[in-house]
Amino acid sequence: MIAGSRFSFVDLVGESIAGLFSRPGRAILTILGTALGVGTLVATLGIAKTAGNQIVTRFDALAQTEVLVEPVSQPGARRQSVIPWDAGARLSRLNGVEAAATLSQVPVDGLISAVPFNDPLRQTEFSFNVYAASADLLASVRGTMATGRFFDEGHSNRADPVAVIGPAVANRLNLTRVDQQPAIKIGERIFSVIGIIEEVAREPSLLSAVVMPDGTARELYDLGAPAEVHIDTVIGANQLIARQAPIALAPNNPDLLEARTARDPREVRQVVEEDVNSLFLVLGGITLLVGAIGIANVVLVSVIERIGEIGLRRALGAGRRHIARQFLFESLLMGLIGGVIGASAGVLAIVGASAYNQWTPVLDAWVPLAAPAVGAAVGLIAGVYPSLRAASLEPVDALRAGV
Amino acid sequence: MTLQAPTGVAVGPGHPVVELIDVSRVFDTTPPVHALRDVNLAIADGEYVSISGPSGSGKSTLLNLLGLLDRPTSGTYLLDGIDTSDLGDRRRASVRGQRIGFVFQAFHLLNTRTVLDNVVVGQIYNRIPRNERKPRAIAALERVGLAHRIDFRPDRLSGGERQRVAIARAIAHSPSLLLCDEPTGNLDSATTEAIMALFEDLHRVDGLTLVVITHDEAVSARAPRTVNIIDGLLTESA
Ligand SMILES: Nc1ncnc2c1ncn2[C@@H]1O[C@H](COP(=O)(O)OP(=O)(O)OP(=O)(O)O)[C@@H](O)[C@H]1O
Ligand SMILES: [Mg+2]
Repeated sequence: MIAGSRFSFVDLVGESIAGLFSRPGRAILTILGTALGVGTLVATLGIAKTAGNQIVTRFDALAQTEVLVEPVSQPGARRQSVIPWDAGARLSRLNGVEAAATLSQVPVDGLISAVPFNDPLRQTEFSFNVYAASADLLASVRGTMATGRFFDEGHSNRADPVAVIGPAVANRLNLTRVDQQPAIKIGERIFSVIGIIEEVAREPSLLSAVVMPDGTARELYDLGAPAEVHIDTVIGANQLIARQAPIALAPNNPDLLEARTARDPREVRQVVEEDVNSLFLVLGGITLLVGAIGIANVVLVSVIERIGEIGLRRALGAGRRHIARQFLFESLLMGLIGGVIGASAGVLAIVGASAYNQWTPVLDAWVPLAAPAVGAAVGLIAGVYPSLRAASLEPVDALRAGV
Repeated sequence: MTLQAPTGVAVGPGHPVVELIDVSRVFDTTPPVHALRDVNLAIADGEYVSISGPSGSGKSTLLNLLGLLDRPTSGTYLLDGIDTSDLGDRRRASVRGQRIGFVFQAFHLLNTRTVLDNVVVGQIYNRIPRNERKPRAIAALERVGLAHRIDFRPDRLSGGERQRVAIARAIAHSPSLLLCDEPTGNLDSATTEAIMALFEDLHRVDGLTLVVITHDEAVSARAPRTVNIIDGLLTESA
């Protein structure tokens, strides 16, 4: 009796590689298709992850220490602030609060100008936001002074006509030094500038605003109540302070106040990842599909071209499954090589994009590891139909059709 | 697997290697082609038979049936006494791989592989241990006088050299039945002579059962036994 034909794995690999490289140019082009698809997928997942991570690290520190308290806006009802003027002092007593300060817009009429103005040809009057704040504002928004000083409680209590200006205002009014306490006009009133802000981490509108003490605004502009409170907390205390602040500020009706914290950074990261992902994953998927069709097409063409070879192999003892296996493996190999190349290219793209943006590249370890498997699976699936076609050929017909 | 050489065995009472009983092959074209009609043929172990006949008479069709590449439309084909119509696809493939060697009219060499590779590929499906394949291939190539062309690609070889590569491939795995379709079809008389001598050697020394298709009178005359096919009908010539 005769034992069955066999086609060992080593022979399968050898014959498949030989088959692939009998047409190297075509194989390489086909492999590129898959490489492109896999590369896009890897790069997409990596860049989304990297960007998401970047957002988190950048906003983490700031976001986890920030609370903003505002009156609940009630449609219809007149917006009546229940925030007390000593909000900053009250909140500072809470454990976990680093600094707290009120901030309100001051309704001024008239423009702002430097005094004296000496250049009639240039514009000298400007429109800037004017705010009233308590003394701790700078710490609450994590700001720094370029020169001079921020006002203190004494200024507020005495309703001194002093102001601190943002760098944009200083620039327009041509003020660089405050040691002489230069005067500016807000409408018809004269204020002394005692400091220029350099930078703020929060509330960037302060950079182009004029800020006066609460007491001054109450006295000169009849400011009724503070509009909002900015709180800087120790890291991680923001959620807790957000719960406590309304009660501390308005024990009788805390419901009228709303404390907002920055969105949970993990949520932000997820949103970013999903945004980037959904777009490019679709792109990568389509590329991969096109790559798969490319493989299927090339393997099919190669089956048709190699009909004579198929007939020969059948004559040499190959069973149908051996023929199918060989073409399937050639297809799988193209997908696998494409997957490896794509994974490498994708990782390089992530590193490149990160280097360019000075980010830390982040990638789930399974992504580059799974990529070749994805490529191989694509090749395998693409090879099914051509391989079955090859296997279904009758040996005589194959020998007759091909040379 | 090399068999003892029962030189010059006629179709005798011993059981034949190949036995066709009332075999017909009809191709389902319109109109149908009766390529073989009620063929009866017995070939004994170690016999050397040449098959001749005009073009289109059914010689290749007969060879394909003998080689289990095709199935008869009707009739019985016994190979080693076993009815081949009982054999499934897999079994037929393994019989082809281990017992039969083919030399095709169109060579069927793999042009992207070396001569040596071509002969090695002939042994991958039939359970020949990997480390034996190369020595066997080299021995077969030496036998056909192509040891110096081992690293060539077939498309760089002359027609006669290609034919000899095909023969080396067909004998490297020591088949017991060698089926050759026009093995000297493209060759000059000197090369034909060399190849015929090789066949006679395989037959005499190795005891191969040899079936050679040819329409060359001189070639067919060298075989101890000759059968003729005309229009699918087989006749034994004396
Ligand atoms: N698959 C097929 N379908 C239809 N007809 C076929 C098929 N194969 C062979 N034939 C026909 O069967 C007949 C015998 O063909 P075969 O190939 O056996 O001839 P041959 O004797 O080998 O001829 P040659 O000497 O030219 O090689 C021819 O008429 C051929 O056209
Ligand atoms: Mg023929």
